[in-house]
Amino acid sequence: MFAQRNTWRVLSIAAAALALTTAPGPGQQPPQPPPAAPVPTILLQYKAVTAERLKRPEDSDWLMIRRTYDGWGYSPLSRITTGNVARLQPAWVFSTGALNGHEAPAIVNNGVMFVSTPGNQVIALDAKTGSLLWRYRRPLPEDAVVLHPTTRGVAVYGDKVFLAANECVLVALDARTGMEVWTTKVEDNSQGYYMTLAPLVADGKVIVGASGGEFGVRGFVAAYDPETGAPIWKTYTVPAPGEPGSETWPRGEQWKTGGAPVWVTGNYDPETNLMYWGTGNGGPWMGDQRPGDNLYTASTVAIDAATGQIKGHHQYQPNESWDWDEVSPPILVDFRRNGRTIKGLIDVARDGYLWFLERTEGPIKFIEGVPYVAQNVFTGLDPKTGRPDIDPTRKPGTARPASFCPSHWGGKNWPPIAFSPRTRMIYIPANENLCAAIVGRQIEYMPGAPFTGATTTISLAPGADHIGEVQAWNVDTGRRVWTHKYAKSQTWGPMLATAGGLVFTGGTNDRKFRAFHAETGKVLWEFPTNSGITGQPSSFMVDGTQYVAVQSGWGIDSRAMQARLNTLMPGDYPEVPEGGAIWVFAVR
Amino acid sequence: MHHAWITVATAADRADRPAVGRRTALKTAIALGVGMSLPRSTALGQDDEQAALRPKAGDWLVKVGDAGLTPLTPEDIPVAAQQTMAWAMDPRTGIVRSGSRLNRVVLLRFDPDTLAASTRARAAGGVVAYTAICTHNGCEITDWLGDEQTLSCPCHSTRFDAKNGARVLDGPAPRPLPALPLVLAEGKLVVSRSFTARVGFELA
Repeated sequence: MFAQRNTWRVLSIAAAALALTTAPGPGQQPPQPPPAAPVPTILLQYKAVTAERLKRPEDSDWLMIRRTYDGWGYSPLSRITTGNVARLQPAWVFSTGALNGHEAPAIVNNGVMFVSTPGNQVIALDAKTGSLLWRYRRPLPEDAVVLHPTTRGVAVYGDKVFLAANECVLVALDARTGMEVWTTKVEDNSQGYYMTLAPLVADGKVIVGASGGEFGVRGFVAAYDPETGAPIWKTYTVPAPGEPGSETWPRGEQWKTGGAPVWVTGNYDPETNLMYWGTGNGGPWMGDQRPGDNLYTASTVAIDAATGQIKGHHQYQPNESWDWDEVSPPILVDFRRNGRTIKGLIDVARDGYLWFLERTEGPIKFIEGVPYVAQNVFTGLDPKTGRPDIDPTRKPGTARPASFCPSHWGGKNWPPIAFSPRTRMIYIPANENLCAAIVGRQIEYMPGAPFTGATTTISLAPGADHIGEVQAWNVDTGRRVWTHKYAKSQTWGPMLATAGGLVFTGGTNDRKFRAFHAETGKVLWEFPTNSGITGQPSSFMVDGTQYVAVQSGWGIDSRAMQARLNTLMPGDYPEVPEGGAIWVFAVR
Repeated sequence: MHHAWITVATAADRADRPAVGRRTALKTAIALGVGMSLPRSTALGQDDEQAALRPKAGDWLVKVGDAGLTPLTPEDIPVAAQQTMAWAMDPRTGIVRSGSRLNRVVLLRFDPDTLAASTRARAAGGVVAYTAICTHNGCEITDWLGDEQTLSCPCHSTRFDAKNGARVLDGPAPRPLPALPLVLAEGKLVVSRSFTARVGFELA
């Protein structure tokens, strides 16, 4: 210390003076951090998020990742229209300072915006001006297991902001200051549990699940007290012996490492207090090493928010062997079919099928399943249960390679669809013409070590002329209405629909954010951002102006697919620039 | 079959997580009378620190999951075949450096004449060592594509050329896998220098 100060004195008298006035000497107090900046007025007036507001949000707000519990990704704002969207311009842009995939939406509560980014960061901004209000960064251990370094958003409730930190710690922040109120360890990161999803606040609880399908985790959904972080219930997505569904794990203790991770936030029906969560692949990846249907892998599970009890489920592919995680939850839409209105669930699955289901007080009923991309694995569906018949030559196994379409990335991966009640259409970011081959090898479980036992390669379907698509399907007819094909890009773009008759999405390798005509699919506006967009767009209003917000920040699987495509089509899919930014657009 | 030490993994916080398996591995080594000098009383905290350190010059290599802690020789590594997962071990203390997943290495063996010159200079008995941690998102490089003789990441399919500095053949990884230079000493594979570059990926 003194030596250092002496060096400074030699180097610069001014620096020495500074050091002498700030460095502690014998009998002196250590330097104090500067006093906290005063809380900005906009935060002093922060509007608490009530359960009622989460159920019926003001039109101007975007209080949860898909805005409403039904998962529609729909804004009732209509000031940005098909007629004026051509004049959409950036209102402000804010650099996040982070790399990797930026997948979180801008959450907006009464003019205050919260955005999470890779690297356990939450940024609070004035939504109108982009001025920084506070910034929270939680250091990650150097050797943290985070195989998909992202975050899919924060949750807000009361005067708190909730972040599912990557190392599997749930964090509650004070919305006014960004200071930690409490933290709770959810699971052991060294065993392969990590979190990338946004927490769900439902029934007065804050609820999360964990990733780790690469490590033989035992998936779960768990609820915590928003005030204290105390655990309330934890429900495993792989049943223990004696529990319902345990008969689908006939071999020994395989249920302990059975997978079914939960890495995308579920949707919720306040009427029945049931949440609908999606689950991922089994552990290990090859089904022939874990005989049985393996509930509840590759399923939608209906969980009672009050107790955590599983009240119903639908498994999309029993004995999952294609790495088709069905984590993306179904949206809740009542649709018409055969002369009746069905309280429905609609799931656009990674397996390439569009599933129409019925929700009840508990069990999930099968209504209809149709492929939305080329799918060569299912030879048919049981008309009553929807259970697929599998072509055995298309099912990979241990030392038994098989090729199949769509690829392991799926017809649609995690990026959420949107639904517009005005057009009665869902909007799907799909990848067509991509296929994969997997070959498995025998693998033994070791805690914290990979437990996949599978090698995957991808290929193009014969005659492929494009990959990425936006598809629009009418939910009452079950028919496709329009398709937009991207000439030279895949898509990883979450969807936003608005009452202005528009659909917004990014997801392409040309860095563009686009607005489509919701009825026709015509591209009405596009803008090239700093990086590729894998963020969930949202829309909000402040002082009478409607805004559309999205994070641009390419990485993780979008980067991986781009690299694989560049190998298949050399030079056509060059590296996309990375580094995150928050963009906010308005009509000028 | 699960090795006995697997069950010692605890639910402790990561920051002070013990080196998984090391303590029991030591006991196993003692029980088996493995011929190495083991300190009678080493402060536990120091052990944990040593176990989390990156491999150092002079370290031996042992197979992941080998409770017997047998130092690896070139003959233990199959030629031009699936990589062997290994940890470095301090031969003086018997501490296996398994305290950080970033210490996990892959070992492969090739005919030295098929190696690029710079890679051959780091090889011992035809054995090359690289970090097992992918430079893209930190997945462990568990896959070997035998037909094309490349390392492959199971998460996002980067392929690395193990015979030429683990350069990226294709895929999302932005840089090669850091190499761990080796030499032979009394027939054993011994670490000769630390990793050639920082291990891991950019978390943010």
